[in-house]
Amino acid sequence: MNREEIILAIQDIIKTIAPDEDVSNLKTDVRLREQIELDSMDFLDIVMELRKRYGVQVPEEDYKELATLDGCVTYLAPRLAGKSLKVGV
Amino acid sequence: MSADRYDALVIGAGMSGLAAGIRLAQFGRRVAVLERHALWGGLNSFYKRSGRRYDSGLHALTNFARPASKSAPLQRILRQLRLRFDDLGLGEQGTSEIRLGDLSLAFSNDFALFEEQVARAFPAERERFAGLVRAIRACDPFSVVDPSASGRAFLHEHLRDPDLVEALLLPLTWYGSAREDDVDAYQAVILFRSIFLEGLARPRGGIKPLLDLLVRRFREEGGELRTNDGVAEILCDTAGAARGVRLDSGGELLSDCIFSSAGYVETRALCGVSSGEADLGRLSFVETQRVLTRPSASIGAARTLLFFAESRRPAWRRPAEAVDVSSGVVACSDNYASNEILPHGLMRITCLADASAWRGLDPAVYERQKAQWEERMCASVARFTADPRPHTLAIDCFTPRTIVQYTGHLNGAVYGSPRKRLDGASGVHNVHLIGTDQGFVGVVGALMSGISMANRQAVVAS
Ligand SMILES: Cc1cc2nc3c(=O)[nH]c(=O)nc-3n(C[C@H](O)[C@H](O)[C@H](O)COP(=O)(O)OP(=O)(O)OC[C@H]3O[C@@H](n4cnc5c(N)ncnc54)[C@H](O)[C@@H]3O)c2cc1C
Repeated sequence: MNREEIILAIQDIIKTIAPDEDVSNLKTDVRLREQIELDSMDFLDIVMELRKRYGVQVPEEDYKELATLDGCVTYLAPRLAGKSLKVGV
Repeated sequence: MSADRYDALVIGAGMSGLAAGIRLAQFGRRVAVLERHALWGGLNSFYKRSGRRYDSGLHALTNFARPASKSAPLQRILRQLRLRFDDLGLGEQGTSEIRLGDLSLAFSNDFALFEEQVARAFPAERERFAGLVRAIRACDPFSVVDPSASGRAFLHEHLRDPDLVEALLLPLTWYGSAREDDVDAYQAVILFRSIFLEGLARPRGGIKPLLDLLVRRFREEGGELRTNDGVAEILCDTAGAARGVRLDSGGELLSDCIFSSAGYVETRALCGVSSGEADLGRLSFVETQRVLTRPSASIGAARTLLFFAESRRPAWRRPAEAVDVSSGVVACSDNYASNEILPHGLMRITCLADASAWRGLDPAVYERQKAQWEERMCASVARFTADPRPHTLAIDCFTPRTIVQYTGHLNGAVYGSPRKRLDGASGVHNVHLIGTDQGFVGVVGALMSGISMANRQAVVAS
């Protein structure tokens, strides 16, 4: 997956967790939790969906890497290389 | 994986067990929820009698919050379980009341009403009450330092008039205190928020549709719900760590991760470990439901909930007699605003009971004792609201004995052990407490408990 696809993947996961959030205008360099009301329990669901959809395991000590969309891209790019985007799961 | 090996086993299909089961299944765990009873729901279940469906327990769903209040507990729970707010069909309460002798304080889902009522009845306390509310709003009850701190002492730190303290304690104890003549301070904060600052509602159709949603979601996520399948024993290895369960049927299931909603003392007993007397809950209830020929409001019972006590210093302790009719809760289910027309009025009355007075009676004596106390409960309530007796179509009444039989809670202790274990520690390795004895009571509390304990486990295991 490339950068755009990873961002789409995260946006789609957020839409599953919080269907009424508008994810289309998220800034990529600002913490997700400052832009949408996600608490630590919701955050856990992002990690859960990454595992379910893409088989990526994110250990607890790495959760902080996923704080922004840019962070997600950096952290996930090597782990999602060669995998294809799944949206609307 | 062998057929009888699970990533996690959950004892009890009450609110906490179903919620934990859903989360564990969402995390991809192979999980079974084991329930001794034929039906799910635990303390908040449903049953049919003479062709009529009754809910055991549901007075009110606390923590009412609309979808816009995203950080409210109800909304967080719905997101975690992937349920839709609209599916609950919540109808909000009308006006409810606290009656302490001749003192009356009304409240509703609009907190301003309660503030006005307190200011009117206790003008000298106005500022201090506002200070208490600020402290409650600012406090994070989930980062508790000392779970046994006294809620009564907490209220007294902010207020001077003991009548106001007692008036506040009445609903707080009734909706969640396992501790005699007090309530844990963290619990008081949670309950104050969930009753007064958030509010009360009733799901359309009562508890069953909510339970149906939970069961359906659990199955959709791949979980296995096994009813009529109680746990007779938690099996431990030589080092004392749990490795599985033996079922009432004799079969064994293996797992090194067991969540139990059976209660602290009850769960340890399943492991063959004894507990101290002080860990045993002492407070139980008798509850009667009177189906009325007419709407409750039309006979003069206009309040949604009424917390009553004949004295300004009500006792919150195991009564000396079978039932303490001097204080209790009256809930009229048909006084919720709802898009559902209930066929009849329904008045529910709950009073404190001494479980030992209901144990070991022969059936005829038990039925007689129940009928006598049921009458006295109605007569007591008639001093504060309408007497349901002249308008009754059907009666169903349950006692501590019923609670023991259907939920396994020793002493019929609805709110469980007076000493809560917020970390879920049962004292047995691999066995985690959820629900009541982890320290979160009520429908919303128990759901939150199951979710958060399952989340914690999933994070640790990954
Ligand atoms: C009369 C009454 C009125 C109430 N009113 C309200 C209300 O209006 N609003 C509200 O929010 N809350 C109310 N509550 C409280 C609420 O019902 C409970 O706090 C909540 O349901 C507790 O859920 P739980 O999962 O912790 O435990 P439980 O519901 O007790 O679940 C435990 C389950 O474990 C099962 N179990 C036990 N031992 C075993 C075993 N060995 N093997 C297999 N299964 C086992 C039991 O059968 C039970 O189903 C009321 C309770 C009562 C009794």
